[in-house]
Amino acid sequence: MPPTPSDAASAPAVRVQDLVMRYGDTVAADGLSLEVARGSITAVLGPNGAGKTTTLETCEGYRRPQGGSVRVLGLDPVRQRRELLPRIGVMLQGGGAWSGVRAVEMLRHVASLHAHPLPVGLLVERLGLDECGRTPYRRLSGGQQQRLGLAMAVVGRPELLFVDEPTAGMDPAVRRTTWDLLRELQHDGVTTVLTTHYMEEAERLADLVHLVDHGRVVASGSPLALTRGRGDATIRLVVTEPFPLGAPQSLATALGHGTEVTPVDERSLVVTGPADASTLAVVSAWCEDFGVVPESLTMGRMTLEDVFLAETGRPLAPTDGTIDGGRAA
Amino acid sequence: MTQQETARGTFTPRPGAAPYTAMVRAQASMETRLLLRHGEQLLIAVVIPVIALVGGVVAAGRLGIDLDGHAPVDALTPGVLALAVMSTAFTSLAIATGFERRYGLLKRLGASPLPRSGLLLGKVGGLLVVQAVQVVVIGAVALLMGWSPDPLGLLLALPCALLGTAAFAGLGLALAGTLRAEATLAVANLVYLLLLAGGAVVLPRSSYGGASEVLAVLPSAALGDALRAALLDGTLAVLPLVVLAVWAALGAGLASRFFRWE
Repeated sequence: MPPTPSDAASAPAVRVQDLVMRYGDTVAADGLSLEVARGSITAVLGPNGAGKTTTLETCEGYRRPQGGSVRVLGLDPVRQRRELLPRIGVMLQGGGAWSGVRAVEMLRHVASLHAHPLPVGLLVERLGLDECGRTPYRRLSGGQQQRLGLAMAVVGRPELLFVDEPTAGMDPAVRRTTWDLLRELQHDGVTTVLTTHYMEEAERLADLVHLVDHGRVVASGSPLALTRGRGDATIRLVVTEPFPLGAPQSLATALGHGTEVTPVDERSLVVTGPADASTLAVVSAWCEDFGVVPESLTMGRMTLEDVFLAETGRPLAPTDGTIDGGRAA
Repeated sequence: MTQQETARGTFTPRPGAAPYTAMVRAQASMETRLLLRHGEQLLIAVVIPVIALVGGVVAAGRLGIDLDGHAPVDALTPGVLALAVMSTAFTSLAIATGFERRYGLLKRLGASPLPRSGLLLGKVGGLLVVQAVQVVVIGAVALLMGWSPDPLGLLLALPCALLGTAAFAGLGLALAGTLRAEATLAVANLVYLLLLAGGAVVLPRSSYGGASEVLAVLPSAALGDALRAALLDGTLAVLPLVVLAVWAALGAGLASRFFRWE
C-alpha cells in the first residue's frame, strides 16, 4: 500500500527490511534490517565485506533487492529512481569522474545538473579543493578525490546524503574538517547515512550506529547507549608471546561469572565485565601462573570496537595496521 | 583548508533536477571539451584523416593511379570524411566510454539527476561537434587541393554521415559497455586500423579487386560508398544506406542489451 503524504513526512528517511543480497557464494546481505531517522547522522559500521556498500547501493537504487524491501524517502529506489535521484546526494567509495577532467570543472558540471546547486566556490573553499582545482582527476591524491566526491554529493542541496567510507584515505586534519561539514549539514536539516570501518568516525559523528557483520545488523543504538548500556568496562591485554594452550579459557574460569574473555588473536584478548581491582588482580595472577609477559594492558569504558567484538567474537578492524588500505575498487 | 563555519541555512535542502535541455547541453559541452583536450584524440580525429587525404592525393598523382576517371582529390575526399566519421563515432567514443566506465563516471552520473537518455544525447552532441570540426578542417584542406564536390551531394552527404555515425556509435558503445577499458582501447584501435587498411573506406571498393562484393557489407565500405555516391555523383546510394541501417540497428540492439554501467 502506498504511504499517505502524512506518513511519508514522519516516516524514517530510510527503511531497509529483511534485505537479502547474494552474489554467487557471497552473501552480502542476509536479512538485514535498519532504519535511518530524518535529520540524523546514521553510521553503518562494520568490517570490510560486512555488506555495508551493498546495502548503501541498494538504497541508492543501483541494485534491486533480491529479498526484503527498501524504502528511501518513502520511495522505491529502483521503481521510483527518477523521482528519488534529485533528492539524494551520493558519494561513491572511489572514482566517479572523467580521468582527464579538472577537479573544479567536474564539481561545476555536477552542480549544473541540479536546479538550485550550492555555490561551487563555497564547497571548493570548505573542502580545500582550491589546492587542486585545475589538476586532472587522475592526478589527484586519494584524499583529494574523496573530498571532491563529497563535494559532488553535497552540491545539489540534497535532503538525504549517502556517503560510502567518506574519510578513507584522508589525513586526520582533513577528516575532522569533513566531520565538521557533515555536522553543519545536519544542523541545516540534511540526513546523512555513512558507512565506515573507523570506530572513531561512528562514535564521534553518528547519532545512531548500526553494527553490521556478515550481512546482518548485530546491534543498533546511539554510540552512548551501545557502549554504556552494558554498564561494563574492558581490559585489553596484549602479550609478547602467543598465549599458552588453554590459557584464555583458564582466565575465563578464574574470573568467573559476569565476566567475558574474548581472544582477539594469538597475542591479545579483551576482558569485558566489571573492571575493578579484583579483576585486575586475577588477571595479573594469571599472567604469573602462565608466565606470559604483558606488552600492554589498557582499561577503560567499552568502545564500539569492544561492542562489535562482544557481539560477533571478531575484531572490527584487523590488528596488523592495514586499516587504511581497505578501499575497494 | 579553512575551518570556519558557513552561515547557517546555507545547506538547507533544496533539491531538484536542472531542466532537461540544460543538463544535456552541459553534458554535451563537457564531452566535447574532453574529446578535444587530448593530443592523441586530435591526432585520431583530424591529423590522421588529413595525412591520409594529402598523402593519397599526392601518391595518386605521382603514381598515376586511375580512380575511375575522377581527380584524386574528388575521389579520395569522401572516403577521408567517412574515415573521420568512423574515427570519432567508433574509436574515440568507445575508448572514452570504456574509461568512463572504468573510472566510475557512468556509475556516478547514474546517481545524478541526468537520465540515461540525457547522457546519451550529451554524448551524441559531443560527437557531432567534433565531427563538425573534422568536416571543416578536412573540407578546407580538400578545397585548397582543388576539391569540387557535387553541390547537391553536400546536402545528400549529411544523412549518410548521420546514419554512419549511428551505426558506428552503436557498435562503439556495445564494445565499451562489455569489455574492460584496456581491451576496448586495443580492440577499438585495431578495428579502426583494419578498416582503414582493408575496409574500403578511403579507397573505393573497386580498388580491392575480387573482394569488392564481399566488402560491401562492411559499415566502413557502406559509409564510404554512400559518401562517394553523394559527393562524386550527387546521388543517394540506397544499398549502402540499407547496410548502414542494419549495422545501426545491430549496434543499438547489442548496446542496449549488453551494456554494463559499471
